[in-house]
Amino acid sequence: MKTALSQFIRGGFAALLLAFIVTTMPAGAQQPSSVNPTAQSVKEDQLLRALKPGDQLTGRISIPDPKAASLIQPGRDWRSFNQETLPKLGTYAVLGMLLLLALFYMLRGKIRIDAGPSGQKILRFNSVERFAHWTTATSFIILAITGANITFGKTLLTPIMGPEAFAAWAQYAKYIHNYVGFAFMVGVLLVFLVWVKDNMPAMADLKWFAAGGGLLSKGHHPPAKRFNGGQKIVFWSVVIGGFLLSLSGWYLVFPYNTTLADVQWQATIHGVAAFVLIALMLAHAYIGSIGMEGAFDAMGSGEVDLNWAKEHHGLWVEEEMKKGTAHMHPAE
Amino acid sequence: MARMKFLCDADRCIECNACVTACKNEHEVPWGINRRRVVTINDGKPGERSVSMACMHCTDAPCASVCPVNCFYTTADAVVLHSKDLCIGCGYCFYACPFGAPQYPKTGNFGSRGKMDKCTYCAGGPEADNTAAELDKYGRNRLAEGKLPLCAEMCSTKALLAGDGDIIASIYKERVAKRGYGSGAWGWKVAYKETIAI
Repeated sequence: MKTALSQFIRGGFAALLLAFIVTTMPAGAQQPSSVNPTAQSVKEDQLLRALKPGDQLTGRISIPDPKAASLIQPGRDWRSFNQETLPKLGTYAVLGMLLLLALFYMLRGKIRIDAGPSGQKILRFNSVERFAHWTTATSFIILAITGANITFGKTLLTPIMGPEAFAAWAQYAKYIHNYVGFAFMVGVLLVFLVWVKDNMPAMADLKWFAAGGGLLSKGHHPPAKRFNGGQKIVFWSVVIGGFLLSLSGWYLVFPYNTTLADVQWQATIHGVAAFVLIALMLAHAYIGSIGMEGAFDAMGSGEVDLNWAKEHHGLWVEEEMKKGTAHMHPAE
Repeated sequence: MARMKFLCDADRCIECNACVTACKNEHEVPWGINRRRVVTINDGKPGERSVSMACMHCTDAPCASVCPVNCFYTTADAVVLHSKDLCIGCGYCFYACPFGAPQYPKTGNFGSRGKMDKCTYCAGGPEADNTAAELDKYGRNRLAEGKLPLCAEMCSTKALLAGDGDIIASIYKERVAKRGYGSGAWGWKVAYKETIAI
C-alpha cells in the first residue's frame, strides 16, 4: 500500500516536473534535464587505466604556465632506468672496455712499426684538423667526468667527500657541463666538416674488417686509405653520438617547452649515448697513444713517420705521392 | 607519528584557486613558481572536475631516488623535504616526479635552473624550526606551530584535505557514502600505491 502510494506520488511528481520543463524550456535548448554526477563525473581510476605508457593526465590551467596543466604522469620507468639500468650500463661499458684493453695489451703488447722508424716524416693532419680533434677531445673528457659524476658521484664520492663538499663540487660540475657542452657541439661540427670526405664507406673497409684490421697479427697490414674501417666507425660514432648528445643535452638544459615524457626520453638518450661513446673513446685513446708506436704523432705534431704511414695507410701514402701533395721532410 | 597526506575531493573543488594564492602569499614564493596549482579535467564537458595538486609527499619518492646529491629527506611525519644548500638545480627530480611538483627559478640566461623549490607541506626545511633562514629558503613552518598546511586550512569548500592519511581517508569515505559518488582520491595510487575504496 505504502509503496503504491509512493510510486503514485513519484510518478505524479515526475509528470509534473516534465510538464514544468517542457513549458519553461525555450524551444531548441538542448540542456540535459538533469545531471547525474555519479554517472558523468570523470573518475581518476578510469582516466589512469585509459592512459598509454608515457602519457599523462592533462587538463586546463589558469596560471600562465602551460606545462602545469599536466596533472599526473604515472610512469616510473625513467626512475628505474636512471637508478638501475644506466649505472649498470655505464659500469659494464667502462670497466668492460678497460678490461678488454688491458687483456689486448698483455696479449699483443705495443704495436710497433714493423720496418722501424724511417726518419722521414709525412704530414698527416694539419693544424685545422688537429684543432677540431682536440676541441672535441678536451671538451668530451671534461663532459664525461662531470656527466658521470651525476650517475656515479652519489655512490662513489659522497662517502669520501661528505654530502656538503660533494654537493659543492657537483654544483660546479653542472655549470662546467652546461657551458663546455657548447664547445663540444662546435668540435663535433668541425670534425664532421673536415673529415667527412675521407670517411665515406668503401669496399676496402670490408677487407680491412675481414683481416681484423691487422690488429691481431704481427707484420700484416690490410691496405687502407686515409682512414681505415675502424677509424671510420669511430668517426661516424662521434658524429652520430655527438649529434644525439648535443640535441638531447640541449633539451635537458632548456626543458621549458617540452613535455615530461619528452624530457625523460632525452635524458635516456643522453645517458646511453654518453656511456657508449665513453667506452669507444677509451679504445680510441688507447690505440692512439700507448697501444701503437708512432700513432700519437698524427694528432701531436701532425707529422707521422713515413714507415708508419706506409704500413697503416699505404693507399693514402700512394695517393699523396701521386698527387705530389705529400709534405715530407727528414725528422730533426 | 602521523602519516601526512593531501587529498583533493574533486567533487567539491570549485576551482577558486584560493589554495594557490594562499600558498604563494604564505611562503612568499618567487614569481613564476607555483607550489600548488588547480587543474580542470574535461573542461567544459559534462562531469568536469577540478583537482588541486602539489607535491604529494610520496611513499618511496622518485625525486629522492634520482637526486644525484641526495638532497631529499623524509620527516617523521612522512613529509618529503629537501635541502636547498645541497641542491644543484640539475632538474632530475622534475624529470622523475609524476606530479610536476619540483620547479626552478630561472636565475640566468642559460643553464638557468636555480635551486629547486616545491611544496614543503608547510613544514619548512632542514634549518631550525621557524628561523629567518628557514623562512627565507622554504617559507613558513606551520607544522612546527601545530598547524596544518594553509591551502587545506582555508579551502572554502573543504575540498582540499590535509592531515593524517587514515583520518582524511575516513572523512572522504564518509562523504562518498553520504552523497553517493566520488571521482577518486586523485594521485593516491601513484603517490602512495594505495587508493581509497569507494
